[in-house]
Amino acid sequence: MLNTLKNRFEQGYRTSTYPKKTVELVPRYRGRPQVHKNAPSDLVVKCAAACPQDAIDIDRKLINMGRCVFCGICERISEGRFISFTRDFGYSVAEKDHLLTDGEIPSLADHARQHFKKLFGRSLQLRQVSAAGCNACEADLNVLATPFFDLARFGINFVASPRHSDGIVVTGPISRNMKTALLQTYEAVPDPKVVIAVGSCSISGGPFRGSPEITEGLDSLLPVDLYIPGCPSHPMANLHAFLKFFK
Amino acid sequence: MDTDFLEISNGQALSREQIPHLTFDDFQKNAMKIVWGGGKIVQYFGYADNSIVKLMAVLRTDKLLVAGCDAPDEYPSFSNKCEPFQLFEREIAEQFGIVPKYHPWLKMVRYHPNSQGKKDVFGNDYTEDIPGNYPYYSVEGDEIHEVAVGPVHAGIIEPGHFRFNCIGERVLHLEIQLGYQHRGIENLILKADSKRLPIIIEGIAGDTTVANGVSFAQAVEALTSIQTDQGSRIIRIIGLELERIANHVGDLGALSGDVAFLPPANYCGRMRGDFLNMSLLICGNRMGKGLVRPGGVRFSIDDEISRELMRRINELEPQVEHVIDLIFSTSSVRARFEDCGIVSTSDANHLGLVGPAGRACGLPYDARRTFATEYYPGIDIPENAKTTGDVYARAKMRAEEILQSISIIKSLLKDTIETNCVDSEVFNLPSSSFVVTVNEAWRGELSHCIITDAEGKILRYKIKDPSFHNWNGLAMSLRNTEISDFPLNNKSYNLSYCGFDL
Repeated sequence: MLNTLKNRFEQGYRTSTYPKKTVELVPRYRGRPQVHKNAPSDLVVKCAAACPQDAIDIDRKLINMGRCVFCGICERISEGRFISFTRDFGYSVAEKDHLLTDGEIPSLADHARQHFKKLFGRSLQLRQVSAAGCNACEADLNVLATPFFDLARFGINFVASPRHSDGIVVTGPISRNMKTALLQTYEAVPDPKVVIAVGSCSISGGPFRGSPEITEGLDSLLPVDLYIPGCPSHPMANLHAFLKFFK
Repeated sequence: MDTDFLEISNGQALSREQIPHLTFDDFQKNAMKIVWGGGKIVQYFGYADNSIVKLMAVLRTDKLLVAGCDAPDEYPSFSNKCEPFQLFEREIAEQFGIVPKYHPWLKMVRYHPNSQGKKDVFGNDYTEDIPGNYPYYSVEGDEIHEVAVGPVHAGIIEPGHFRFNCIGERVLHLEIQLGYQHRGIENLILKADSKRLPIIIEGIAGDTTVANGVSFAQAVEALTSIQTDQGSRIIRIIGLELERIANHVGDLGALSGDVAFLPPANYCGRMRGDFLNMSLLICGNRMGKGLVRPGGVRFSIDDEISRELMRRINELEPQVEHVIDLIFSTSSVRARFEDCGIVSTSDANHLGLVGPAGRACGLPYDARRTFATEYYPGIDIPENAKTTGDVYARAKMRAEEILQSISIIKSLLKDTIETNCVDSEVFNLPSSSFVVTVNEAWRGELSHCIITDAEGKILRYKIKDPSFHNWNGLAMSLRNTEISDFPLNNKSYNLSYCGFDL
């Protein structure tokens, strides 16, 4: 008993004050990409050629956050003159078109489905479906239940049954072998329901695009309400998106 | 050992002509002799060379041994006489349509058609959903009942199907059927641009990003004779050990939560995040994605980051020690951990368990000791082994490894780490070559193998996750265990679904 109390005292209080006070991430964290439009074209071409995800639109000088895995190669090559990654984790979007960006992300709160705020703003139960996810996005969603993030304080919980949930959070590139299970889980959620795509895999197939075993984009199967890019998306990006979209 | 297999070292590039190409009969005889004599299978796979299907095996004693042969369309199964081959033979049957006759357990592995357009070995029609034609082992009797769980599980966890045959609460047999996570990675690698490879490799299993990245980088470096500097070898080890600590700490918390002792569950959840945040500090990604590339690492650990890492570790170390002490000194935890889900040393040996799961059963093998790479030869890794093979041993093993890894990282941070960072260098692989790499990922032995063709294109990329060996260990743990102890046993292994399914 004494040992239990000693540990409790040593661990202290760890829950963040976010969103009252924002959280500063470390300098090397790569969040929202910022495109610098005045970059010379040859530099843009060079970045596009090196991009492992082919996420750069050369003509329009834009980056597709749905494909991007935030590896930062374009930033290195252009020395930040074409693309630089900011420490801003508030880059999630409600419309697929907004994923293709120059870095100016439309306000998520304004583009959120307003009736969802009314329906789920005070209580939101989500069912997570890993559809061939590599366990990185899953881990960074799971972590929202730990003391620092403490998702439950916002009335948001991950639940065990789709029957008890208001929507699904999908990770992974939706393998052929998980497609039916995913669609059945979606069917089992009562209306009205939310669909959230987390990670570049679920948004675009991510690193696995081109494989016949996967689906390139959850939106080809289900109507997606919220896109949270990343590989994986940082837990703060997830938390930010949930709060802006539903609160 | 007198054998026709060739002795090689870890990460040694060979031209394919150097590898003994035996007749199938000699290949089989030699392979089984080595395994009967205590050898283990590191890799055993098929590959198509100009439409001729061939087999390649890498076995280990205290050395690595390699040989290949042409694959017959069908052959009398090795598994019939030598069980450790069973899953490898099923994989070859699924990927290349080669039939191992009299195989005692010839079931599909991941549920996909074979690459050669041959008749399906399992009689599956792949327009149908998984699991297709999959006869589950079933126990018969009036009081027997089956419990089917998954693929979608009750938590935030990857998909897989578990079929329990029970009498009352007691599990007689658990069959684990995977494949839901199959993304076709090995085939995708063959057609993807080389600039995509590191990203695909890091997506094999996100919780094992660094180990997969290192295994890939070592293979490419060996083939192209690229030298890495000492600083990058040290940073890779720091990355690997942070990955090990984060996963072990998280699992100890989950284990504690499963026996309803909640304080450590919360503490470990938070501390796991603190270790992931150290990877974030180094490379900007909590999972270590983007850290390792052929030629070295993409991010340095300068003095400022080194000091910050040391500060965080010094702050966390006593907390970790105290929480571990709290878990293992609590009698209600010990009462649930001890004697739960026992795998005997002999069973573990037959199944070829690796990593902490194997060490918990008395198999001390640790690739960091036996096939040391990177900076590991300069580090003294203790020989870890418990003998009880229960949840307690697996948990205790993990706890000890956490503390060992912390001291490894601290010792590496003492001196300035100098490295020239690389980025995504373009590499051209040599023609007709072969390399196999072996590393100790946090779950155990991880191995990558590359074979190139006459033009230097990748002909075969084979990945073997430690979970490929260990899923059967979990099934064995459940025998005669109460079904309510499944979550506890499952977390004591915490195996990879995507690493297995590829």
